[in-house]
Amino acid sequence: MYRTATGEEIFVIDGHTHFWDGSPANQKNIHGKQFIECFYAYHSNLSPPSEKWEKEKFEKYDAKTMFDDLFVSGYDDMAILQPTYLTDFYKNGFNTTERNAAMKKSHPDRFILNGAFDPRDGSKGLEDLHALAEKYKLQGVKLYTAEWRGESKGYKLSDKDSYKYLEAAQKLGIKNVHVHKGPTIIPLNRDAFDVADIDDVATSFQDLNFIVEHCGLPRLDDFCWIATQETNVYAGIAVALPFIHSRPGYFAHVMSELLFWLGPDKILYGSDYGIWTPKWLIDKFMAFEIPEDVSKETGSVLTLENKTKILGLNAARLYGIDVEAQKKKIRAGGGYAHLSEPVPA
Amino acid sequence: MSGRIARSLPERDRQAEQRQVEARQAELWGCLHGVMDPELDESVVDLNFVTRADVDATNHVHIEFRLPTYWCAANFSFLMADDMRRAVTALEWVEGVSVVLGEHMYADKINAGLAQGLSFQETFGVEADGDLEDLRRTFLVKAFQRRQVALLNHLTGIGHSPETITALTLAELCGLPVDDEGDGLRQRYLARRDVVAAARDEVPAFVDAAGSPLRADGFSAYVSGLRRVGVNAEFNSALCRGLLSVRFDLETPFVPKARVSA
Repeated sequence: MYRTATGEEIFVIDGHTHFWDGSPANQKNIHGKQFIECFYAYHSNLSPPSEKWEKEKFEKYDAKTMFDDLFVSGYDDMAILQPTYLTDFYKNGFNTTERNAAMKKSHPDRFILNGAFDPRDGSKGLEDLHALAEKYKLQGVKLYTAEWRGESKGYKLSDKDSYKYLEAAQKLGIKNVHVHKGPTIIPLNRDAFDVADIDDVATSFQDLNFIVEHCGLPRLDDFCWIATQETNVYAGIAVALPFIHSRPGYFAHVMSELLFWLGPDKILYGSDYGIWTPKWLIDKFMAFEIPEDVSKETGSVLTLENKTKILGLNAARLYGIDVEAQKKKIRAGGGYAHLSEPVPA
Repeated sequence: MSGRIARSLPERDRQAEQRQVEARQAELWGCLHGVMDPELDESVVDLNFVTRADVDATNHVHIEFRLPTYWCAANFSFLMADDMRRAVTALEWVEGVSVVLGEHMYADKINAGLAQGLSFQETFGVEADGDLEDLRRTFLVKAFQRRQVALLNHLTGIGHSPETITALTLAELCGLPVDDEGDGLRQRYLARRDVVAAARDEVPAFVDAAGSPLRADGFSAYVSGLRRVGVNAEFNSALCRGLLSVRFDLETPFVPKARVSA
């Protein structure tokens, strides 16, 4: 919950969070070590100095730390847990649905649990997806098209096998497909930033929503073009958002383009926790305005109404969250006990 | 650096040799300065990627470089190594070049391929599914677009109208009075102008990626379209520099020195 100076309450859904274990004990090989180190470099490079963590804490944080960072010191009301398996690098996986499920179980009103699949896992993978969807009542999945599987160094959503899985997901009631299309890890030589396969599946699966995490950066131009054509393509701004601190001028450009091409109803906030924490991101985001020299190019303005949509209302719509009812649930569970009483309207 | 015993040489010869070594070191770094990260369109030297560039007694050049993350795309890595090798080989005194990439997930594979003079495709075999020339071309076109939009913005900023700008020939662009900043942007643009179409004095200075001349009536829409190319590039550049500085803890900028092995 974020309260403005004038007392408006903004309901916040964090579209991109992780409960991972990147500790040395869980690392399978040098790749596991390098993977968490790369994340740590992102964290160290883009966080304000006061927000920087020790490496050990970053490698593996506990559930309480995460809860406090998101909901107590942070302004999140709810958070979507997006899994990243990486079983080739980590003994028990990096950030699996099962691991995230423990968080969901402890705080059912605060978390939305997403699953994952990989079309290269064949019929066994389809069975697993069925089991996962039924067990956790999944509404969303996170896909990582550049993930390794043995000899394979990635896949495309437009592959025949991907279609099978998307059809299955649709039947299982999964509506939201979050696809990592951003600064990539492990691209070999296919242009792993390529967003063209989103275009293909968004047209074929009109009833699914495709949330392009990290808005296709550094392929924002291609992404905007596709998202403009397709009504069911959204932008997740995790990774783009922390630039608000180190390069606000650049962040202004990105927001200005996204608002111009996609409009305020198709942009979703995400912290990418534990790489960054919600408090400072949202403080800066709420204080942010697109400078005039940038907004004159696109006419985009980051109004309070737009910020409210980006921070929570858009995700609420995609996940069928009734904001007022959810606030009541959270309040009843003592979730707002740390806040001062609201200013009477 | 020399295999001979320095003290047996007359002082004058020793100094001359020292001067030649320094001159070659400087030439070598100058040459590497012209090699770009294909995606960022910035010099690999300015980006702090090159950690070593030495000449030995037999005029072989030894280059070592590193990248912002362990995961940087293998094809970009290979392309940069290949570009460095090509650039340095063109220096007439160079007898051989070795380029070695450090701390990268594919370092062993890439280094073995480079040492044997293999192509990217030969190095990675079935895992590679595209050739480097297409990639090179893609990034040259993007560099052309970025450099063009920077120059167009500058020219518009100093009061030239779309009509004037789109009517310029290459010769006229070269003769246009501009300040130092404008001249820098102009030189950068001209260096990539022939990527998309033949660059002769009498042809239009400004063409699009397909080689068609820009028109005054669609000028502002065209420029907005190019803006996003620059936004992407800036994202990459900021991220790469930041990640590199964290990864190798660059508290102070890395200054390449003309080092000479004793």
